[in-house]
Amino acid sequence: MRVIQEPGRSPLRSAGIWGAAEGQSQKQRGGGGKEKDGAGGDGAGQKKIAKKGEDLKEEMDSLIEEIDEVLEENAEEFVKNYVQRGGE
Amino acid sequence: MQKRIFGVETEYGIIFTPEGRKTLPVEKAIRFLFEKLITTEHFLNVFLENGARFYQDTGCHPEYATPECASPRDVIIYDRAGERILEDLQGYAEEKIREERVPGKLSIFKNNTDFVGNSYGCHENYLVDRDVDFYYLAEQLIPFLVTRQIFSGAGKVLQTQDGVRYHISQRAQHIYQKISGTTTNDRSIINTRDEPHADREKYRRLHVIVGDSNMSEYTNFVKIATCAVVLQMIEDNFINKDFTLRHPVKAIKDISYDTSCKNKIRLENGREFSPIEIQREYCDMALRYMEQATVSDQLRKAVGDWAEILECLEHDPDKLDRKIDWVIKRKLIQRYIKKHGISLEDPRVMMIDLQYHDIRMDRGLFYLMERAGSVDRILSDEEIVKAKTEPPQDTRARMRGDFIKLARQNNIQYDLDWSNIRLGNLLNVRVICNNPFETDTEKVTELVRTIQKTNLRRTSLSKLVIQS
Repeated sequence: MRVIQEPGRSPLRSAGIWGAAEGQSQKQRGGGGKEKDGAGGDGAGQKKIAKKGEDLKEEMDSLIEEIDEVLEENAEEFVKNYVQRGGE
Repeated sequence: MQKRIFGVETEYGIIFTPEGRKTLPVEKAIRFLFEKLITTEHFLNVFLENGARFYQDTGCHPEYATPECASPRDVIIYDRAGERILEDLQGYAEEKIREERVPGKLSIFKNNTDFVGNSYGCHENYLVDRDVDFYYLAEQLIPFLVTRQIFSGAGKVLQTQDGVRYHISQRAQHIYQKISGTTTNDRSIINTRDEPHADREKYRRLHVIVGDSNMSEYTNFVKIATCAVVLQMIEDNFINKDFTLRHPVKAIKDISYDTSCKNKIRLENGREFSPIEIQREYCDMALRYMEQATVSDQLRKAVGDWAEILECLEHDPDKLDRKIDWVIKRKLIQRYIKKHGISLEDPRVMMIDLQYHDIRMDRGLFYLMERAGSVDRILSDEEIVKAKTEPPQDTRARMRGDFIKLARQNNIQYDLDWSNIRLGNLLNVRVICNNPFETDTEKVTELVRTIQKTNLRRTSLSKLVIQS
């Protein structure tokens, strides 16, 4: 199914109109966690932001761990040997 | 042109890393890649059931050209399907390599540079109106193409005289000309190759060879769709500002070096603008253009994204760390460096830069981020899987794809190129289709039926040419 923008919609409000795929990934992100989103909020709000920040950090930590699992072990050797003939 | 044909050609990097003393030449690895493709065509040059072409290109690179697509979204679906097709073939080639008892690892990368400074490309093709003067079109388009890397770049960790630096674009260092006829040396922004694979009196081909190969669906879509909008404005004579750059080739490198995207570059008329400002001029023009012209929904969507991206680049580029390849990769590297307390010079950083583009789902770092939900998607897995075997339904590729399926089922000899189908034992029956918008598969079905009836083995059907 194609997800397309309705004509005439303001470009600056176009976030989220990629349909299901984006909605889903935004959910996974857990709210984005940009500190300044909640600037000037009350105590509870700030706690929530700190919590978000922690979630995001955990998410990143586990991502880095996963990367270390798959990253080529002999990085230096591999990168230096990665020589191609010039293409187009 | 409101209706346009799009196509993308992607050259892949390929390397075999032996684990012992025995190694395997890359030529042989590529032959293994092609071996699985059952075909009656030439070896190392095959049209696939989805209408795409897969072949070995200059410098021993596997290359995949999407079928003719009628929209930017379709072309990125088929580009992505190409990654999956190649990954399947890689799995088969790995089996063959095991059979040969050469221990080691085969890797394929969708990037544009190696370690010592060789480049291989990602070429975009746009069908354009023959009536528009090519050099006028190129001059209007070049400032856009030079500056668009701020959102279309794939990012590159590069060793320079000042040490290791993160650059915006993979390809920028390998561009030496504004416009030229060659693609291997003196690479240019726009190539003059004019093979429209269509009615030459009506159309010409615009061959853009300056772009990076993109992993992010979002980046890829915005790259193609914004270029299509700019082209449409040029064809409609809507562009009324002159952005001609004084030194476009130098500018492309300077912009790639400047991750702030705010350093000024000089125009021919002496004025200076940042790449963000130049892009914003094009984008504002597109917003005005859309108020009065007929523009497809996809292009409207892209212009909205474009405005938003430029806003982020101006104020907070990190906001694009789920959408734009060079920002996604930079953020990943920054986090990795921080976590491990290493510097940009660490070989692991170079490896991340490379492995971001690995096409194997279980090794590629971009795919890993995609699975973790760390990047935005615009396509579904279903439509990508479908595009591996089904041609686009609204272009000539449909006839080609359907023909290939039929011919294979019926063991019919054939030979193909973009606008011709030749078949029969002597390849003496020919279907010409010069109109890339033509989708009439009846003609192909009818043809195959005729062939089956007449049995070309016995009759000497000297020459049957069907022109559509």
